[in-house]
Amino acid sequence: MPFVRRLKRNLVVVAGLLTLGYLLLPNVIVTVFSFNDPKGRFNYAWQRFSTDAWTDPCGVADLCGSLSVSLQIAAWATLGATVLGTMTAFALVRYRFRARGAVNALIFLPMAMPEVVMAASLLTLFLNMGAELGFWTVLIAHIMFCLSFVVTAVKARVMSMDPRLEQAAQDLYAGPVQTFLRVTLPIAAPGIAAGALLAFALSFDDFIITNFNAGSTVTFPMFVWGSAQRGTPVQINVIGTAMFVVAVLCVLAGLVVADRRQRRTS
Amino acid sequence: MTAVAGAPPEAPAPAPRKRPPGRRGRLVPYWLLLPGILWLLVFFVMPMVYQASTSVQTGSLEEGFEVTWHFRTYWDAVADYWPQFLRSVLYAGSATVLCLLLGYPLAYLIAFRAGRWRNVLLVLVIAPFFTSFLIRTLAWKTILADSGPVVGALGALHVLDVTSWLGMTAGDRVLATPLAVVCGLTYNFLPFMILPLYTSLERIDGRLHEAAGDLYATPSETFRKVTFPLSMPGVVSGTLLTFIPASGDYVNADLLGSTDTRMIGNVVQTQFLRILDYPTAAALSFLLMAAILVMVTFYIRRSGTEDLV
Repeated sequence: MPFVRRLKRNLVVVAGLLTLGYLLLPNVIVTVFSFNDPKGRFNYAWQRFSTDAWTDPCGVADLCGSLSVSLQIAAWATLGATVLGTMTAFALVRYRFRARGAVNALIFLPMAMPEVVMAASLLTLFLNMGAELGFWTVLIAHIMFCLSFVVTAVKARVMSMDPRLEQAAQDLYAGPVQTFLRVTLPIAAPGIAAGALLAFALSFDDFIITNFNAGSTVTFPMFVWGSAQRGTPVQINVIGTAMFVVAVLCVLAGLVVADRRQRRTS
Repeated sequence: MTAVAGAPPEAPAPAPRKRPPGRRGRLVPYWLLLPGILWLLVFFVMPMVYQASTSVQTGSLEEGFEVTWHFRTYWDAVADYWPQFLRSVLYAGSATVLCLLLGYPLAYLIAFRAGRWRNVLLVLVIAPFFTSFLIRTLAWKTILADSGPVVGALGALHVLDVTSWLGMTAGDRVLATPLAVVCGLTYNFLPFMILPLYTSLERIDGRLHEAAGDLYATPSETFRKVTFPLSMPGVVSGTLLTFIPASGDYVNADLLGSTDTRMIGNVVQTQFLRILDYPTAAALSFLLMAAILVMVTFYIRRSGTEDLV
């Protein structure tokens, strides 16, 4: 039975591809249903093909406004978390100092905490301080939980860096600032970029912490959450699909470029 | 935000070989740490303190709350909401086990069998993240719809009879049952299992597999005695990265479940945002945090991988 034997040998491939299907199925549904023309307020059952939503993606009140709020918060949170996280990562890798263990634990804890706990405790802080909930409280919260992820990403890159490169630069009469800008920063850049990308994705898609601390500010995930109670417009699927396609195309283009470069050098 | 802008630039200390660090040089790490650590102290540690204090307060929204060391709140919270606590552990635990069972073959496939498709498969694992997870969770409402093909097939294969008997589904419905919530949790946190598993599998030297084969190990023995033990760091961090967020999640239970599938996250959310009973909500959140911390510490000690960070 050659077929059975082949199946047995490739069982892990079959199982792996099934898992991949499980992971991607919802995205297929989201895409297909972006072309739906639903009967009621909810877009859960297929009716008939239509491109109405694609030609009018902002046709639902507040949808594109919430998208712009989310993009703004994500951009500022990425900037804040990347600057603070990179500094912290450099300090942790390059220097010996007291309370290192405590600092490491402080960085690790936010990643090991259920979001709802951070969300609830931040809300008690803001309530006690009498802070007005809105854009700023969300931004503060996002920088807080993105910070640890940036530190981890940058730390990994800086740790694998050869310190002799910087010493060589200084032997060649580069000052500390020049050494940093011309040698250290370019080498650490991939780690910083990875951290920044992660921070952007985390902030843009965050719901739980935002839900607690946003007051009346509506981010895109908050809009989706609200629409799950009131009625889901097809435009949500359009935006979800568009983001997916753009991001995957960018990543695939990056892969092709990297692949070509590698081939040329080898 | 001004603290960020006013922070010193990240100039590395002068190389020790040339100029021994002066007093300013010794302070550099503290200046670098200051803004980030301050941010975490003010917006992560301090909230925990405020939450602990809120949990022992009494009062009402109109008259304000006061610290009265009212520890009974904790007792009442546990007495009222232990089913939701139990459910959170059960659902998150089942989702973690399912993630491990589903994720391991895919991580293995990407690490050892994918060849030139490796990067493409990795992109496909991460790609769903680019669509908001709420939209993708809502898609499960369509997939698991009562008259849909998935539920029809499960019914025809008598799978639903078994799950109903186990109390995971009710009749011929999947939506609004524990099965739907666990399915959603598994789906949402699967990438957090696959990626650490892949990282630790990819580090394994392929020659170890050959060596095991040369020493007459069958493929399953090779897996049990070589591959799996070497992937333990990935298994540990993957299970933590799945279990922790899943145990506090309330999105899946809300969108895919019913009032009978409420988890502890749902309770904290409604107490905080709708009922506005801050002390009870803070006590519940505090208990969840304590439970997670104890579990994580115990788990990391047991599995002997303390350098996960």
